[in-house]
Amino acid sequence: MFLVVLPFLVLVFVFSYLPLLGWVTALYDYKPALGLGGSEFVGLQWFEILVSSETQLQQIGQVLANTLAMSFLGIATSLLPVFFAMLLNEVRSTWFRNTVQTLTTLPNFISWVLVYMIAFSLFSTSGLVNTTLHDWGLITVPMKFLDTDQHVWLTMLAWSLWKGLGWGAIMYLAAIAGIDQSLYESARIDGANRFQLMRYITFPQLMPTYVVLLILSIASILNNGMEQYFVFQNAFNREHIQVLDLYVYNIGMTGNSLSMATALSMLKSLISLALLIAANAIAKRARGTSII
Amino acid sequence: MTTMDTGPHWRHARGDIPFAIINYAGFLLFALVCGYPFYYLIINSVSANDISALGDVRLLPVGLHLSNYEQILGLPGLTSSLLVSIARTVIGTGATVLASAFLGFMFTQERLQNRSLWYRLVIFTMYFNAGLIPVYVTIHTLGLTNNFWVYILPAIVQPFNIILVKTYVESLPQSLQEAAELDGAGIVTIFFRIMLPNMTPILATVAIFSAVAQWNSFQDTLLYVTDQRLYPLQYTLYTYLNQANSLAQAAQNAQGNLGAIVSAATTQTPTSIRMTVAVIVVLPIIFVYPLFQRYFVKGIMLGAVKG
Repeated sequence: MFLVVLPFLVLVFVFSYLPLLGWVTALYDYKPALGLGGSEFVGLQWFEILVSSETQLQQIGQVLANTLAMSFLGIATSLLPVFFAMLLNEVRSTWFRNTVQTLTTLPNFISWVLVYMIAFSLFSTSGLVNTTLHDWGLITVPMKFLDTDQHVWLTMLAWSLWKGLGWGAIMYLAAIAGIDQSLYESARIDGANRFQLMRYITFPQLMPTYVVLLILSIASILNNGMEQYFVFQNAFNREHIQVLDLYVYNIGMTGNSLSMATALSMLKSLISLALLIAANAIAKRARGTSII
Repeated sequence: MTTMDTGPHWRHARGDIPFAIINYAGFLLFALVCGYPFYYLIINSVSANDISALGDVRLLPVGLHLSNYEQILGLPGLTSSLLVSIARTVIGTGATVLASAFLGFMFTQERLQNRSLWYRLVIFTMYFNAGLIPVYVTIHTLGLTNNFWVYILPAIVQPFNIILVKTYVESLPQSLQEAAELDGAGIVTIFFRIMLPNMTPILATVAIFSAVAQWNSFQDTLLYVTDQRLYPLQYTLYTYLNQANSLAQAAQNAQGNLGAIVSAATTQTPTSIRMTVAVIVVLPIIFVYPLFQRYFVKGIMLGAVKG
């Protein structure tokens, strides 16, 4: 019985657990060409370097600030899909609701490369927005929306909302459809109006789903992923766009400091693990079941 | 299409009409913000290239022509990228659908010793990974860099898909399997003959999720592949984007004003190349998505229940 699932477990082991062995490269000055045997053992040197110099500390501090800022902005706007769903539920025309749903969830299914491609078409110095403003005589010099270090965090938030808001609301729409209708009926008999129904019935009914997702997002506060930030990064915005995942990529794959990048991602994984365990404990308390 | 309950029918009350107007207007605006960029790409890819390069195509195509699509196939690497994208989508989706079906089913079987341990080990990988560089080193050591199978093998076992299938199988009547067991069918027979045909709705969901993920994937190429023959469309679009970007930038610096690239209507410009490739990349999604929307929705609902 076990033998038939073994091949799949091997895949999981090889691609998810075996790399943990790679953590030892953090203790070496690892050069891929030389292999681990040929690389020099340096002990905790990389961890010391991470916190040794003023400039290094500053850089790490900035990267952490970016990471946490993006995560907290995401958490701060995590109620938007709830409101989106509640308001869309108030739309009576079925075809209008379905059209809105289709159009607003579409961006979720394109890659970040394509999102950047769209951003470039619309917001580059020769893009739609600049040419339109120029034709209307509102500007004479093209505005730099992409090649700038201004409001990077907010711009990134805006793009992830553009991509994810409609999709995020789908789950809540489904949850609304599942709310016991007798709750509404009895409230209406008591004279509740539309807004009171939303406030006192729909919203509280959605909270359990919301809380679970919130707990999960706290557990992954250091994991922004790198794709979005990678495609949007350029020489101008680098300081404020580098989140931890992108920074690890930048120093490891392009800066060729594999060992230091490993040291950093190892710390990140450990902290994330601690956060996950904490989140799991909270979830267990809040709803009786664990998330893993 | 998702058919949500229309909700209770409200009695008209004061404030309903203004609320409805604002509500409709708000959603109309956001739907436009989401949908217009796609429309913009499409009309620009079929407009006269000298005009699209100026950014003057906004509402309707200008100088309609389809020669961009004929010419684009002549671009270096585009045909092979298209083939790579199709191959990884087809093979990757097939493999992960089968694996998810099988594992999702097996994890419901009490005969599998330590099944909850194996299940947890698999699900845990959804939340935890060793990190970018250690995974890179592992894949490099396995000889999977610059190898087509790097697109397939790591993506076969997807915890989320397995949760979906397992939840679905648990909702099927036990009697299905018991009857087959009484007839003396083995586990493999039960899986292929009995369970697989009964799982099709959830497998459709899994298939559509993983097909989109494979089609859109970009990061694995960035990390593990430098051989241009193995670039999928997304990555090729990215390289064109960067080249087009620098081209446009250089042209602008030289001319010092907006949209200085002027050429005949069908001569390729950075803009026309970008737009056309982008449309080729996005078109399958636009066509497939509305048809399969209900499967996506079902997937996220089931996933949310289990978290």
